[in-house]
Amino acid sequence: MVEWTDFERTTISSIFASLDYNDVGPKALCRCLIVYPWTQRYFGAYGNLYNPAAIKSNPLIAAHGVKVMHGLDRAVKNMDDIKATYAELSVLHSEKLHVDRDNFRLLADCLTIVIAAKMGSAFTCEVQAALQKFVAVVVSALGRQYN
Amino acid sequence: MSLTPKDKAAVRDLWKKISGASDVIGAETLGRLFACYPQTKIYFSHWTDVSYGSPQVKKHGKTILEGVGRAVASMDDMNKGLLELSETHAFKLKIDPTNFKLMAQCLMVVIAIMFPKDFTEEAHLATDKFLANLALALSEKYR
Repeated sequence: MVEWTDFERTTISSIFASLDYNDVGPKALCRCLIVYPWTQRYFGAYGNLYNPAAIKSNPLIAAHGVKVMHGLDRAVKNMDDIKATYAELSVLHSEKLHVDRDNFRLLADCLTIVIAAKMGSAFTCEVQAALQKFVAVVVSALGRQYN
Repeated sequence: MSLTPKDKAAVRDLWKKISGASDVIGAETLGRLFACYPQTKIYFSHWTDVSYGSPQVKKHGKTILEGVGRAVASMDDMNKGLLELSETHAFKLKIDPTNFKLMAQCLMVVIAIMFPKDFTEEAHLATDKFLANLALALSEKYR
């Protein structure tokens, strides 16, 4: 059971409340596909991913980025049991989507950078530490059902 | 994943824009590394103050960014350019190489905060590759 301080709870809620999922989701996913191109392997059916411009203008990728943010939202709303909240998602990612667990960290790192760029100086050291703890828990929960 | 001429140009371009603030960037990077990845503090058990903003963190952050600057300058042969630093990390500091990835992430977060318009996806790609190569050069002498 993860122990969250009041600061961490407030910070995570407030970060996600301030984000436009329709903007941040696509940005984070596109960044991941561009910076770590091997992650494109999971998006074979999504059309043109030929170069950064194609990725950034791909509507299927954008839609999926939004979907990812709504998935994260479930963790934000259930911080006291992210493991249980993500049990089905974990099975889905391992059994059906066959996503390598290391890739969760890569997407999380890209999301952190997108949030940092958006929040600027408001993304203080303490805020970053809270977000880092949150994404670490999310990444761990998503990888939980793999073995 | 070695650096293409395009990557090198992108890194040099970004470095030109950010190097003026390298002291601040260094201090922020190291302070955030300790806060976000507390396990990295084990390498600094001899310090009196590892807190964000402490004089020791600021000073060492500056040193680290100077090292990054040397890597930028010797990008065409980082193993040669960082030979001394590699020996220091291998024989004296013995920092586990997985920590280099954590430092890289913190550095890129700081760049994203301070230079959001410049840290495009393409710049991020080139920087991530550069820092990965830097880490390889730093651990070149490990075994």
